[in-house]
Amino acid sequence: MSEVIAKWSTDISDLVLEDKVHKSLYSNPALFEEELDRVFNNTWVWVAHESEVSESGSYKTAMIGKQPVIVVKDRKGTIHVLENRCRHRGATVCEGKKGKTKAFTCPYHGWGYGLDGGLRALPKPEEYENILDKAEFGLNSLRVESYQGMIFATFNDAIEPLEDFLGGAKKWIDLFMKQGGGYPVKVLGDHRFRFPGNWKIQLENTTDAYHFPIVHKSFINSIDDQTQEVFDFLDGDGYVEDLGNGHSVLVMIPDLVDLDKDIDAPIPERFAQLAAELRDEGMDELQVKRLVRAVGGTGFNLNLFPNVSCSMAFFRVLTPVSVNSTEIHHVALGGEGAPQAFNKKRIRLHEHFQGPMGFGTPDDGEAWERVQLGSVSGPDGWIMVNRGMSKLTTSEDGNVKGAVCSETGMRAAYQQYKKVMTSSGKE
Amino acid sequence: MNQINPQLTLAVTAFLNLEADMLDNKEYHDWLELWNDDGFYIVPVDHDVTDYSAAVNVAYDDKEMRELRVARLTSGDAVSTVGAEKTVRTVSGVRVLSEDNNLIAARYKYCLFENNKNGIRQFPATVEVKLSPLGDTFKIVEKVVKVMKSAQHLTTINYLF
Repeated sequence: MSEVIAKWSTDISDLVLEDKVHKSLYSNPALFEEELDRVFNNTWVWVAHESEVSESGSYKTAMIGKQPVIVVKDRKGTIHVLENRCRHRGATVCEGKKGKTKAFTCPYHGWGYGLDGGLRALPKPEEYENILDKAEFGLNSLRVESYQGMIFATFNDAIEPLEDFLGGAKKWIDLFMKQGGGYPVKVLGDHRFRFPGNWKIQLENTTDAYHFPIVHKSFINSIDDQTQEVFDFLDGDGYVEDLGNGHSVLVMIPDLVDLDKDIDAPIPERFAQLAAELRDEGMDELQVKRLVRAVGGTGFNLNLFPNVSCSMAFFRVLTPVSVNSTEIHHVALGGEGAPQAFNKKRIRLHEHFQGPMGFGTPDDGEAWERVQLGSVSGPDGWIMVNRGMSKLTTSEDGNVKGAVCSETGMRAAYQQYKKVMTSSGKE
Repeated sequence: MNQINPQLTLAVTAFLNLEADMLDNKEYHDWLELWNDDGFYIVPVDHDVTDYSAAVNVAYDDKEMRELRVARLTSGDAVSTVGAEKTVRTVSGVRVLSEDNNLIAARYKYCLFENNKNGIRQFPATVEVKLSPLGDTFKIVEKVVKVMKSAQHLTTINYLF
């Protein structure tokens, strides 16, 4: 295929190679529509953490690609993911980010649905006599499975079980969930923003350590010397592993992979005040050390294809809005029932880097906007993801492993992308 | 407070206009001087929160964080701020909510307009301030900027509100 034709092609096998992807992947609207169908409507998509729907009637609205859904816990404790679409004339039956309710009532004609999505009642039912069976007109329900409190849903009933899909990523999710410092991980709130760029620019970024000292220089300058050393990881022993199915892990700070280890290490100076506050809240010295070790999160970014990352101390969630617009959520995490000083410190650390006015995110956003703007230049061209390809090794778990600043994770994601975009069946 | 104290409203408005003009003209170090040392600059995500310290905010800055933020905005190291043009801020509808000798609470309408490469972006907000009188001027004790859509989705922001 000639290079100029490639610009307009939607044949992914020509556009996604092992070491590079065609730049039209960021800007071709036809490809975007295909992605919504083949990627987002046909794989496991993260929708919520169980702490967000912890009680009977707690709900959260979410998006699967461009489709609005409701994540809700019913009276029996079962979590449902429901299409947010009245079965009568299509209106959403639930608005807002989250809340608690006994039922979902359509604002248009008053059809009422239970927490499990079942159609319970509707006004003036006599006109439906013999023509509408309520049992068949509940809110459409998606397949739902969870792992370690992370709730995923899919429109594809034939897809493999979630745990099979997560595969090699499960070990890393287990490690990530240790950051409650002895308490179950809980969502504390989130930042939400949009950037004018394609969703895959964000997908790549969470596995990109190479940009950190360049883009985040102003953040690094804003932290103390001790923390600067922690974040000086490009020359360290970090690495990237391809975990299969498009998932990858970028280990930046190997010492912070397992937060249950080295709990007895001395408390760093920068957390001395936190330690004092924890002691004031009645924590014994072992608890203090465990909480201090967990407060900054883990030393790795686990990138789960296609829409969520367990990123050091928070969940990064992406939602495609259009071919050149993407919504990002930075979900702050803490410990359920953990000392207030611990959760507050985690929130302050989160705000420092993340969100629309963090010391990190706006600079990422500038770089991503420039990628979207610059990538359309020229009739043809490629996005290079070949960094580190000549120095790959095999990890202890038998995975492809590259240097910390290699593009191993991007290659993993794009090969999965290629697989789902070219598969003949919807699987 | 239903009674209007025109002189106080005028003085508060003049102070808030001064603050906005400093930010439009990137006089960030002068802006830092407007603050009480114990003051907090807050941009909440959820406008209905009562304890901002326990919530995730877009910004929750004590003195140290305000100084770090100004250092970031002025250092030239942050790629998002290097090309940031001057902004236009409007302040209107200032209402003094309460006053005593030590603290004045006021609320006003506010909009930040930004010339961004993707177009002119605007951030309408309701701002709540607490001011401490100092001679013929004030020090800011608390500024809470409730930006529209902060709970749904913003864009990245390369300025101070």
